[in-house]
Amino acid sequence: MATTIRDSRGSGKTARRDAWWLQPLLTATVLTAFIIYATFRTFENDNFLPELSRNASALWESGRVGHLLSPFYSPLFLVDWQVMGYHVSPAILILPFPLSFRLTCYYYRKAYYRSFFMAPPACAVQGTTKKTYRGEQVFPFVIQNLHRFAFYAAFIFIFILAYDVVLSMKYVDGWGISLGTFVLLLNVLLLAGYTLGCHSLRHLVGGKLNCYSCSLAAKTRHGLWKKVTFLNERHALYAWVSLFGVALADLYVRFVCAGVITDWVLVKF
Amino acid sequence: MSKITLSVYRGDANGGEMKTYTVDTFPGMVVLDAIHQIQAEQDGTLACRWNCKAAKCGSCSAEVNGMPKLMCKTRVDDYPADQPIVVHPLRTFPIVKDLVADVSWNFEVSKSIPILKLADDGSAEPLRMQQVDVDRIQEFRKCIECFLCQTVCHVLRDGDRKDIFFGPRQMVRLASLEMHPLDVLDRRPMLRETAGVGICNITKCCTEVCPEHIHITDNAIIPLKERVADTYFDPVQKVLRWVGGRK
Amino acid sequence: MPQYDTFEHDVLIVGAGGAGLRAAIGAVEKGCSVCVVTKSLLGKAHTVMAEGGAAAALGNFDNQDGWKVHFRDTMRGGKFLNNWRTVQIFAMEAPERILELERYGAVFDRTPEGLISQRAFGGHRYRRLAHVGDRTGLELIRTLQDKAVSVGIDVQMEVTLTRLLTDGGRVTGAVGYRREDGSIVVFRAKAVVLCSGGWGRMFRFTSNSWESTGDGAVMAYEAGAELQDMEMVQFHPTGMIWPPGVRGVLVTEGVRGDGGVLKNGAGERFMFNHVPEFYRAETAETPEEALRWVNDKVNNRRPPELLPRDVVARAIYKEVEAGRGSEHGGAYLDVSHMGAEYIKRKLPSMYDQFLHLGDVDITKQPMEVYPTVHYTMGGVPAEPESCATSLPGLYAAGECACGLHGANRLGGNSLTDLLVFGKRAGEAAGDFAIAEGPGSISEAEIQEEVETLMKPLGGSGGENPYQIHAELQEQMQSGAMIARTEEGLRQTLDKIHELQRRAEDIRVPGDTKFNPGWHAARDVKNMLVSSEIIVLSALERKESRGAQWRLDYPNEDAYWARNNVIAKKIDGKVSISHREVPEPPSELKELLQD
Repeated sequence: MATTIRDSRGSGKTARRDAWWLQPLLTATVLTAFIIYATFRTFENDNFLPELSRNASALWESGRVGHLLSPFYSPLFLVDWQVMGYHVSPAILILPFPLSFRLTCYYYRKAYYRSFFMAPPACAVQGTTKKTYRGEQVFPFVIQNLHRFAFYAAFIFIFILAYDVVLSMKYVDGWGISLGTFVLLLNVLLLAGYTLGCHSLRHLVGGKLNCYSCSLAAKTRHGLWKKVTFLNERHALYAWVSLFGVALADLYVRFVCAGVITDWVLVKF
Repeated sequence: MSKITLSVYRGDANGGEMKTYTVDTFPGMVVLDAIHQIQAEQDGTLACRWNCKAAKCGSCSAEVNGMPKLMCKTRVDDYPADQPIVVHPLRTFPIVKDLVADVSWNFEVSKSIPILKLADDGSAEPLRMQQVDVDRIQEFRKCIECFLCQTVCHVLRDGDRKDIFFGPRQMVRLASLEMHPLDVLDRRPMLRETAGVGICNITKCCTEVCPEHIHITDNAIIPLKERVADTYFDPVQKVLRWVGGRK
Repeated sequence: MPQYDTFEHDVLIVGAGGAGLRAAIGAVEKGCSVCVVTKSLLGKAHTVMAEGGAAAALGNFDNQDGWKVHFRDTMRGGKFLNNWRTVQIFAMEAPERILELERYGAVFDRTPEGLISQRAFGGHRYRRLAHVGDRTGLELIRTLQDKAVSVGIDVQMEVTLTRLLTDGGRVTGAVGYRREDGSIVVFRAKAVVLCSGGWGRMFRFTSNSWESTGDGAVMAYEAGAELQDMEMVQFHPTGMIWPPGVRGVLVTEGVRGDGGVLKNGAGERFMFNHVPEFYRAETAETPEEALRWVNDKVNNRRPPELLPRDVVARAIYKEVEAGRGSEHGGAYLDVSHMGAEYIKRKLPSMYDQFLHLGDVDITKQPMEVYPTVHYTMGGVPAEPESCATSLPGLYAAGECACGLHGANRLGGNSLTDLLVFGKRAGEAAGDFAIAEGPGSISEAEIQEEVETLMKPLGGSGGENPYQIHAELQEQMQSGAMIARTEEGLRQTLDKIHELQRRAEDIRVPGDTKFNPGWHAARDVKNMLVSSEIIVLSALERKESRGAQWRLDYPNEDAYWARNNVIAKKIDGKVSISHREVPEPPSELKELLQD
């Protein structure tokens, strides 16, 4: 009978002596913090656009703040549904799209399979994987195969959020540029960097071809593939900075709406 | 001359123990040098595999301080000198003796993968392929079959699912064939069924340990998953194929 | 009486390097059942370490190239000790074999036209080496491994064969042991192909792995076969010497082929002072011309760094002996002028190897190198057409065979050698097996070998195989390495005889279960036999030619230009004789003139 040698069995067992637990711990902490914040903001249903918020609507009326929309509530639409006396937040209808993109993202899968599912918690550290393990072949994980559809939605969102940057320059009495404009611009750039480095896009745009030199179309697609590959090699980096970016943009809008800070208007015309 | 200590697994399928050895160090010393010194000067029965001692053959795979490594490429001065360096055989495969593991499963699996199939089989004409078309597969063909990726993969290591998953090494091999510009076989059914590309949850440990720095997950496994998704999961592509009359 | 497993096949192949695997494919295609026996795991044989490329006159860059030029270069590189017919077949069939390999799945670097890219190399007049970065050997062995497995061969991994079995002079099988548990295995076959590689482990500075102990050649010799040109041991000019952890590890000739330059401790590009008359016309005269050659190979002559390996190795040796060595007693090999990006793309594993193991960033600093034992040109003489040896039923191909390389092998010729003669040996063995049918194996021979194998595990001897091996390496390094003298060789011979006596008293602890000490006990005996033959052959050849450099006979000699040294076991002793080198026909002789 073939025998493999193990020191002992059980999750977290390893012969590694470095701080292997640090990374999954950090990942879990940051992701959890984001989830808590995003959930809170989703259900807050306020402080996402100055003209609609209690504290900042006066600022809007006086032309001292622009049409600064939180990315959590973009595209802007208002619903007037009530479920058991609670006003349904439009964010609930918006968030599934970006959320599904990140949830099925090949990078985030690595991050949460390691830090939350502990399959495995770190390399050469025993985790939860059992003899019955079937990975992404079984429900619900088999859905990950449809990541490209989440990408399509996320791709549209880049344009919506870019349009928001333009709209942020709209004031009740004209146009202007504020720090908030740049915050939203940074957000959309980071999101674009993340979204356009998507593994599914990399496949669809050229990865699925076996011959890049065989036709003009194939050569063009190879050029695109190389550009996506450049971003794809930095996909993890963009995944994190764009996550911080979107939280930061939302937080900025919230603080402006709540009157905690004043948006710094640079120029008005 | 300074000294280091090593704690080396000694034993076989019937059990064993960690034994401590002290050896002299020299500049640039690697773990394999230390093992050789033990063999020559202290205990000639200590079993280990090695060949080229230049990180080209992939024979001397072992677990050094818990991480799968090539012993010939792991310098002893990468580790703190005041603690013993722990050397253990690959845990994912059955032990033979000491640092030698039975990796024959990998060779068995390899047999089931069909090799390159050309459209003009039997011709002796030179093949025409552009460098841009072979760049991707040349990365995969750097594989030295050290099986460190197979060892670290939790599906094989913790789950012991050698019955349904070929492992990262064979994904790399399948990718090198699937993306070959002149190969005419469709390997997606095999990937989906016997090879089990869907089992992989892309946690990337294979990439982390690869001594050839092959981007196993990003460049081989994920593109293969996407190809399988084209055929088996994407309803739009299914409809398009149906409309276009292609299978 | 010990128990053993017996396996029966039409063709037994000893060794799973490039030659063994190609032979296996050839024999299977003849309809034979084939078993490949390897000491290591599949795909780990020495072929995997070859870096630079496989030489074949495809003419993808230089269309003046053709088999005749390749023939000329190989003969000249081998100082005309080669078997001309072997070289002719080799040069003519090399392109076919490379193209066939590509159809098996090898993915070579490409030219802009989409053909196989070819690289310049020492001793080759034109760009000729099909290559994949600096890992061509890996590409070759993996391709052949996958192909051979797919055509259905039996593979016995980690089995060491130690003796050929004979039936009235005909080779009918072999006996050995499984490394894993020490159990005895016997292979009975209608034909046996030796593809067992070379022997470099008896030297201290070597790029060879533990496997290169020369068992194949020694087995053939013990069974009565002739060995030829055993004095011809190739020193690769550029092995790493610092730090000690990587001593002997190879720096591919591709480094020089892509423009790397050699400098001595004084910073002088010394190779310009070591150009032999024989090569003067085809070598650059100034560093400026050499530099121009890197980008324009058609209108400039090659840098002197790309002279054949024996010349470069001797030049480094002479510089060090003259007190102009590098910091650690070698020469500097510098590629830093080639640009970091180019180096990382063209020499990725060299870059990685030096950075990681040697703390040297070759994009900025020079490497330190010294000649290292690399290849053995001598071995079992094989018929050019069939690779048949002097024993019926025994075929030889690859490094263990002799005839192709003469006194010095050109870089890039070994990989192609494996393909051309691996195929021929496999097919000829297949034909022989089908024509002759089974022979019988001798129980007495098996029992004798089992006794030899088991002896170190018992008895009262006190010798340690590692100690004997270390002493042998030390002696061969000092007495039979690159510069040889009668006195040094005599001393070495005495030492070998002493070690042979002591080897009878080897005693190893432990049992037969994966016991490296026990394995070493048998290996060291083989190395002592081959070392003795190397030294006797080197004593016999009283001249300097190719890899053989005698300080006491510094010039070439007319008699030795026409004779090979032959070793054969007669009455239990090494018997040395001479044999005239076959004369090429006049139309081929003409090719050798310029």
